[in-house]
Amino acid sequence: MKENQKRYEVILAGSGGQGLVLSGIMLGEAAILEGKVVVQTQSYGIASRGGLSLAEVIIDQEEIIYQQVQEPDIILTLTEEALEKYIPYAEQQVVIFYDTTLAKARTGACLTGYPFTRIASDLGNLGSVNILSLGAMIAKIPMVKKESLVRVIQKRFKGKALEMNLQALETGTDLIRKGEQTW
Amino acid sequence: MQGNQAMSEGAIYAGAKFFAGYPITPSSEIAEECSKVMLKIGGVYMQMEDEIASIAAVIGASLAGAKAFTATSGPGFSLMQENLGLAVMGEVPCVVIDVQRRGPSTGLSTKPAQGDIMQLRWGRHGDQSVIALCPATVSECFFMTVKAFNFAEKFRVPVIMAPDEIIGHMRENFSLPTPGEVEVIDRKKPSGSPENYLPFAADKDGVAPLASYGSDYVFHVSSSMHGPDGCSNNDPANAAWRVAQLHRKIEMHRDEIVITKTFSAEDAEILLIAFGATTRSSRAAALELRKRGVRAGVLQLITLWPFADKEVASLGGRAKTVIVPEMNYGGQMAGEVQKVLGGGADIRRVNSYNGEIITPQDILKAIR
Repeated sequence: MKENQKRYEVILAGSGGQGLVLSGIMLGEAAILEGKVVVQTQSYGIASRGGLSLAEVIIDQEEIIYQQVQEPDIILTLTEEALEKYIPYAEQQVVIFYDTTLAKARTGACLTGYPFTRIASDLGNLGSVNILSLGAMIAKIPMVKKESLVRVIQKRFKGKALEMNLQALETGTDLIRKGEQTW
Repeated sequence: MQGNQAMSEGAIYAGAKFFAGYPITPSSEIAEECSKVMLKIGGVYMQMEDEIASIAAVIGASLAGAKAFTATSGPGFSLMQENLGLAVMGEVPCVVIDVQRRGPSTGLSTKPAQGDIMQLRWGRHGDQSVIALCPATVSECFFMTVKAFNFAEKFRVPVIMAPDEIIGHMRENFSLPTPGEVEVIDRKKPSGSPENYLPFAADKDGVAPLASYGSDYVFHVSSSMHGPDGCSNNDPANAAWRVAQLHRKIEMHRDEIVITKTFSAEDAEILLIAFGATTRSSRAAALELRKRGVRAGVLQLITLWPFADKEVASLGGRAKTVIVPEMNYGGQMAGEVQKVLGGGADIRRVNSYNGEIITPQDILKAIR
């Protein structure tokens, strides 16, 4: 992975209610804290729960003209439907993280499955699956520093929710850094 | 900051103190933001029973002296047309934000479109004129909303902000300007005695001073044909003068109202004419063409109405090919471009109407 990469394009795909738009916003806010230019867009259906929902984030050092992701660096898919939609990118060497709790296991060089939802549930907060998987993504591709995300989480959450989300972020980054296979 | 939020912030920066609305996707964040902020700034947030009531409340609040606005999308915008006509005829300053989504009717409520272009201009019956603006960035969402209020107040006319869903929901870096940094215009108030006040006697700039309901100035606002005093007047000469004045007050300030931007358009042999989100696809396509050695550029229409005829004639007249990408079926804006450039011009339409954005690649396909 290019350490001095100037531009990152990210897709976070899943189902309405998984908090992916929020994690897209938080990733963007973290990048802004680092002085980057960010565009975040989203696409979802009419249901507030369920249905394909996705957030796109572009992080750059200069003006972002076209606002949609065209050459993703990493894609997160938290449902079978989302994985099916984006799996063709694996052939283009795009890193794809998917959730083995909700999608069937696959094999492929760029396909990495983690039971994000189950781990979040084990941590006691299913709702933190978005931050947990974001932690794994930034550990894999250094789009933003973990400290920046910590600052964003601290700004957004208080008390128990803050604690849980920080723990989710830590657990997510550990998945990659330590390569733990404890599940 | 999100586009919708930037428009709320722009309204508040411009001095808006009244929001009445009926939340509808993809504009709901504007109502949400106003419900939080209006009370803090000593303003009023009113959750209405529908969009007809929303625009009625906005008109009432404006006549009472407040800068007032509402936000909606296609289905609600349709419901507002009748009272918007009243605001045109009564010369009531107000701002309506129509975050465009794919129709017809309730259509695809969460998906973008640019299908209201002609409705913005002609939605009301009876030969009238309004101003419509369309931002393409979060920053433009803010600054053009301030402009929308300035135009509404200065020209006593409804101004419609018409971003598409993509721009309304998109988030970008944006820091709010400090108070005083951006020009804010307030409506002209009468200074003479209340007995002699004529609420529809236009000054040389085409606009009459507007008093506030509840003040010493007691006046009548009617949707029917009226004379300078606001009272019913069926004289043909008066009717001709009134209809012309409603148009002319916009026409005579055309150069101030029509806002466009250009991107390497001066020497363009391929000119892309775009507005809203498709501006961004067009700019990306033009950059790609420049890389290939093709002289391509973009004319961005921020003011949709009145139409940027001079700018289109000047740049479009020099180009060999003009491409108009827009998220509607028939090319609503392309038709206007055609009117200006004539039937012989090479004008290519790129349209999407499936709720998906036009990509730079879609535009490149129009050039062989």
